[in-house]
Amino acid sequence: MAQANDKQTGLLGSVDWFTIVIYIALLALGWMSVCGATYNFDQGLNFFDFDTRSGMQIVWIATSFLLALVVLSIDERIFDSFSYIIYALLMLLLLATPFLAHNIKGSMSWIKIGPFSLQPAEFAKFATALCVAKYMSHQDYNIARWGHFLVTCLLIITPMVLIVMQRETGSALVYLAFFLMLYREGMPGSILFAGVSAVLFFVVGVRFADVPLWGIQATSTGGFWVLLLIQFFAVVLLRVYTRHLGPVLMVAGYGLGLTVAALCFSKYVLPFDVTWVQLLLLCATIAYLLILALRRRMARYAYIGLFALGALAFHYSANFVLDNVMEPHQQTRIRVLLGMEDDPRGAGYNVIQAKIAIGSGGLRGKGFLNGTQTKLKYVPEQDTDFIFCTVGEEEGFLGCAVVLTLFLALILRLIHLSERQPYAFGRIYGYSVMSIFLFHVFINVGMVLGLTPVIGIPLPFFSYGGSSLWGFTLLLFIFLRIDAGRNRFIRK
Amino acid sequence: MENDRQFSNRKYVIGGVAVVIILIYLVRLFSLQLMSDDFKRNADSNAFLKRIQYPARGAISDREGRLLVYNQPAYDIMVVMSEMEDVDTLDLCQSLGIDREWFDRRMVEIKDRSRNPGYSSYTQQLFMNQLSTEEFSSFQEKLFRFPGFYIQKRNIRQYAYPNAAHILGDVGEVGPADIEADDYYQSGDYIGKQGVERSYERQLRGEKGVEILLRDARGRIKGNYQDGKFDRQPVPGKNLTLSIDLELQQLGERLMRHKLGSIVAIEPSTGEILCMVSSPTFDPRIMVGRQRGKNHQALSADPHLPLLNRAINGTYPPGSTFKTSQALTFLEEGIITPQTAYPCNHGFHYRGMRVGCHGHGSPLPLIPAIGTSCNGYFCWGLYYMLSNRKKYNNIQEAMTRWKDYMVSMGFGYKLNVDLPGEKRGMIPNADFYDRHLGRTWNPLSVISISIGQGEVTLTPLQIANLGATIANRGYYLTPHIVREVQGEPLDTLFTRRHHTMVSKRNYEYVVEGMRRAVTSGTCRTANNPWYEVCGKTGTAQNRGHDHSVFMGFAPKDNPQIAVAVYVENGGWGATFGVPIGALIMEKFIQGQLSAASEARAQSIENKVIHYGTSKR
Repeated sequence: MAQANDKQTGLLGSVDWFTIVIYIALLALGWMSVCGATYNFDQGLNFFDFDTRSGMQIVWIATSFLLALVVLSIDERIFDSFSYIIYALLMLLLLATPFLAHNIKGSMSWIKIGPFSLQPAEFAKFATALCVAKYMSHQDYNIARWGHFLVTCLLIITPMVLIVMQRETGSALVYLAFFLMLYREGMPGSILFAGVSAVLFFVVGVRFADVPLWGIQATSTGGFWVLLLIQFFAVVLLRVYTRHLGPVLMVAGYGLGLTVAALCFSKYVLPFDVTWVQLLLLCATIAYLLILALRRRMARYAYIGLFALGALAFHYSANFVLDNVMEPHQQTRIRVLLGMEDDPRGAGYNVIQAKIAIGSGGLRGKGFLNGTQTKLKYVPEQDTDFIFCTVGEEEGFLGCAVVLTLFLALILRLIHLSERQPYAFGRIYGYSVMSIFLFHVFINVGMVLGLTPVIGIPLPFFSYGGSSLWGFTLLLFIFLRIDAGRNRFIRK
Repeated sequence: MENDRQFSNRKYVIGGVAVVIILIYLVRLFSLQLMSDDFKRNADSNAFLKRIQYPARGAISDREGRLLVYNQPAYDIMVVMSEMEDVDTLDLCQSLGIDREWFDRRMVEIKDRSRNPGYSSYTQQLFMNQLSTEEFSSFQEKLFRFPGFYIQKRNIRQYAYPNAAHILGDVGEVGPADIEADDYYQSGDYIGKQGVERSYERQLRGEKGVEILLRDARGRIKGNYQDGKFDRQPVPGKNLTLSIDLELQQLGERLMRHKLGSIVAIEPSTGEILCMVSSPTFDPRIMVGRQRGKNHQALSADPHLPLLNRAINGTYPPGSTFKTSQALTFLEEGIITPQTAYPCNHGFHYRGMRVGCHGHGSPLPLIPAIGTSCNGYFCWGLYYMLSNRKKYNNIQEAMTRWKDYMVSMGFGYKLNVDLPGEKRGMIPNADFYDRHLGRTWNPLSVISISIGQGEVTLTPLQIANLGATIANRGYYLTPHIVREVQGEPLDTLFTRRHHTMVSKRNYEYVVEGMRRAVTSGTCRTANNPWYEVCGKTGTAQNRGHDHSVFMGFAPKDNPQIAVAVYVENGGWGATFGVPIGALIMEKFIQGQLSAASEARAQSIENKVIHYGTSKR
């Protein structure tokens, strides 16, 4: 009895109320936005009617609170012990989903249970986070060992593959967020750097492949910028990882100077494809670095040269694979992902309408329920993926700033909480949660603002839908429960 | 644990990444939301559809309350370019009875901003206008198949009678200049083009209403913005009552058939125009609907210029009708007295100057001179006025004095009748002769203006107004064609008396002369037993056959009507002018024509004057 009592006060006292307050604030603002996004001018005010999405969202919020209470009342050691089983079950469910699902707009990720549809992919996130945390917190785990790292990657990639099979590429990409956690856990920064570079090269290279640069028809904007970035990265790497300044200045000076010269020549004298000059310059740089490596017996020059070579190979093979190897429907999926298609009214209609919605909000917004862009359905998916438009239109810059600040506070708080975990399991799980939230906010808000590709993933606590809300709630509160129990072992 | 701590500094990198991302997004939000109004405007033009509600144009009736012009519903087909998706052009063309070429040409025209300045691919543009109810109903059934096409109900003008085309005028689509001049108009709107439709455009058109509707992304209407708080109801146009008497107008048009010229009748006491005929005329009903363009073009090409309103747009030598104004001037200036007699031996002969005249007794005093329309008398009168160095220092001063009299009688300047396009006519002044004849000109150089020839020209309206002035014994009210605008007082321009420089006493002599012309002079056919007619013929010389002119009023005391008749190349004033004027006066005063008059009207109606095509 005494022990139970002690546990009760202990939980209330040790759970992180700061995070819970942010959670509730985001849910409240999120519900307002769903009201705004689904409200119809020709209907009355009926936010609490369960036939409407705003009414249903209340149900989801209420059940999420319930879920949070249940999670908080479970002994946190359960998560540790059962993490492999939970992961295995979820993976089986993901595997089975395409066969059980009915097709919703080409997506095979929804399972119908009674009147509700559930999206197992949303629950796979916490399962994967638990499993990876469990695996990586083993005593003898060493991320620097290839075998361990490979298994970790496999644990992350498995749900990705299964979700891609459900034709939910956007949701699958969320798992890339785990690499941010891996970076914290000691994965070499160069891998993260290489990964981010690869994504950047791919997105820029493919997205702008057919856009002429600066009015020069022969030169592709995408190609130019990717090659320039490779050159730039080579210079930065040289500066950071080597001590001699000579090669840095040499590569930077010649590279930049000749590129600019070629660009001007192409623009004003004779139009030609500037990327050829860049390619030659890069080849010369690589050769120079390799020779330097041999002469000075410094492997770092070779690594940097190999990085540039790899980047070049990646860039050209990405375009080649996209154009010649992939099936047309796969090409289409990538183009859709990058916002190059799925444009019923021509280039960038969705993103333009989203920007108009946000831009028309001004400083204070048009006021709750007064947004025209979102109400009149100019913005696509306005209550799910594009819900941030409603915030921008109705609450204006101030509202957006409040929401973004809350998200930033949540993320920084999660970093803080993770760092105070006494054991690797809690810290790894916490960083996984933080990384997933950051990725969602980064991509979702970025696409609405026209800064990142249009990848259809929800904005946590804002987008309408039970599965995603439950998924995020589980993700967050399992961590809060682990955090609340952080002192247990020390006390014993 | 060691391993963990080793990398714990990476939390700053990760936290930093998060902070940088959020900061970039805040900067982006700032630039989107606070740096530019474009997005706000875009959002508004997306969401708000302003639907214009057209008011009914005012109706027009004559002085007896007969409805002349009213409205009938017609349907315009509008198109929103950005909403045109998968329209089966062939099907559309068939449904509207147009061919593919016309469709393509029309689409190009609509998009051409130089011709259609208000073009936007998001707003309704006029595609085809004025479908009849039958055409409309068959098209409406298929409308759902043509996204982007809409039907706009409008009112088009209907004319109850085939008369008074020049007075009523017509409406047509606004041109780029109209839109430029008044931003009330938008492409596809209608505006009065001629006649009272144009001069009373502001009263007739009313005020357009606007309904602000919310439109969703698929172009569907989602109701009124804020429950119609910002909507404006259209204000219907005001009805006009014309001073025209339709039956008089019809008679006038009948009499002028097969002749070129004009009849203007004025009620002297009010300045109201009772009829205004310009011949040739046309049926106003052909200027409505989609045939308007074609018919308008045909009329424009007619060498007899049927579109011209000769009553105010034609300037003619007034001929002998002008002598009345001379008599008044000479009397008032003391150049002559009613007893002054001038010789006339078949005309005015002096220092080699000859102005011919027909045979009559000589010398003559004023009243018989008017009665017989003696040229010599008025030539001498002007000669003595311009040569009078006791009264005027030089000929220029005398000429200026003369001109002032003329202007006070409403000549030389526009009378400001309420119809568009009035001409001012010509009254020469001293400057004019100084410039054209050199400083050495003398009374003989300009002598023909005294008999309404030479440089003097008047519009038929000005001649009729001269009649009204004489009937009023010294003043006129600005002639006007609109008697009443619904709910508005009449413009004070039309209720103020304009007194001439001549006294009432002197008018009585001229009235007497005009009465003499009817009883025993040139206008004897106008005489009748029922009321006393006063009149003055004119036989205006020109390069071709003489114009036949008549100016008169009746009854002599308490006059009800003043009339001017001008028949181009009609010969003697007595040939056409006098009988036509007499019939008009009879119709108005008696209410109907006697049997004999009806027979005369019939015969005049059937008389044809042959005109070459090279002349007006």
